[in-house]
Amino acid sequence: MITLKINGESHQLDADPQMPLLWAIRDHLNLTGTKYGCGRALCGACTVHIDGEAARSCSVMLGDAAGRDITTIEAIEGPVAEAVVGAWRELNVVQCGYCQSGQIMSAITLLSKNPDPSDEDIDASMEGNLCRCGTYQRIRAAIHRSARNLGGRS
Amino acid sequence: MRQTSSHLRSLVAVASTTALLVLAGCDSGKQREPPTPAPDPRAMQAWEQVAGVLRHPRCLNCHQVESPLQGDEGRAHIPRVVRGKDNLGVAAMRCGNCHSPSGNNPSSGVPGAPHWSLAPLSMNWSGLSSAELCRALIDPERNGNRDAGALVKHMGEDKLVLWGWAPGTGREPVPLAHDAFMEQLQVWVNAGMPCPKDAATEGDRS
Repeated sequence: MITLKINGESHQLDADPQMPLLWAIRDHLNLTGTKYGCGRALCGACTVHIDGEAARSCSVMLGDAAGRDITTIEAIEGPVAEAVVGAWRELNVVQCGYCQSGQIMSAITLLSKNPDPSDEDIDASMEGNLCRCGTYQRIRAAIHRSARNLGGRS
Repeated sequence: MRQTSSHLRSLVAVASTTALLVLAGCDSGKQREPPTPAPDPRAMQAWEQVAGVLRHPRCLNCHQVESPLQGDEGRAHIPRVVRGKDNLGVAAMRCGNCHSPSGNNPSSGVPGAPHWSLAPLSMNWSGLSSAELCRALIDPERNGNRDAGALVKHMGEDKLVLWGWAPGTGREPVPLAHDAFMEQLQVWVNAGMPCPKDAATEGDRS
């Protein structure tokens, strides 16, 4: 049995320790806000937080996630998360929406570490989150807006 | 006029004798220096075996300047990642976001090993010839401050180094079995870690 701590709750899973964390999140716990995109850590749709770091859940083995603090899009909270979600709404960032939970998880990590990111910082940090609708300009603007709403200069 | 010409001939004779003496002096000075011993050919062959491993994409892909390379062909890493202050990436693009310390991921195919990271900038091997790589490897300022013993230990035991021999499906391992590699490394170390001649004379810029 593997103990997973997801969104503040502990879950016991009888599963292969090499199974992707994403399978546990979506198929065992039915938290479907985290998306499956490529399954190879190339697109970022499956991004969650593990101990506060953005992580590609398709490429995290269940055994590596055991006992750590995992947060999915369903449970984000706090000033940074609120600022990001608010800016996403203000600027109508979302088009089809498939990649956006991953985008938001990475944006929260970025702003938690760097409250006033430059365009270059944003590009370097969001590089692993692809958007097939091409909303990159709005994503960048929303991250600047979030920073400004949090008291940064952006 | 005849007198002047004879005087000139005497001067030329004196000058020639002096020049010969000076040249002879230079020659005898050279002969006093001990001849540089030629590197042990066995040690140089051993180095080339070691260099063949270190210059393989499994090692070289992460001994780069700002971003790692990927694949057997050493293409740009997808997605793009940058070094950051601690050689582990930046903000939401950290090496550990995808690469597991517990090993290769069998479902996603993402490789993994403990302390997966870019090598420090001082250990950049990008574009180095065999001779340049050799000099970098024996320089404590460019080898992570390692002496010969520490180098042997690093290449013998570090799990990130050992990953090069078990890189997972779809990636070619380094070109020499680990036991044979360590044997060649020890031959080279025992010979005093000699390096090949400069790249310019070596003609090796591959």
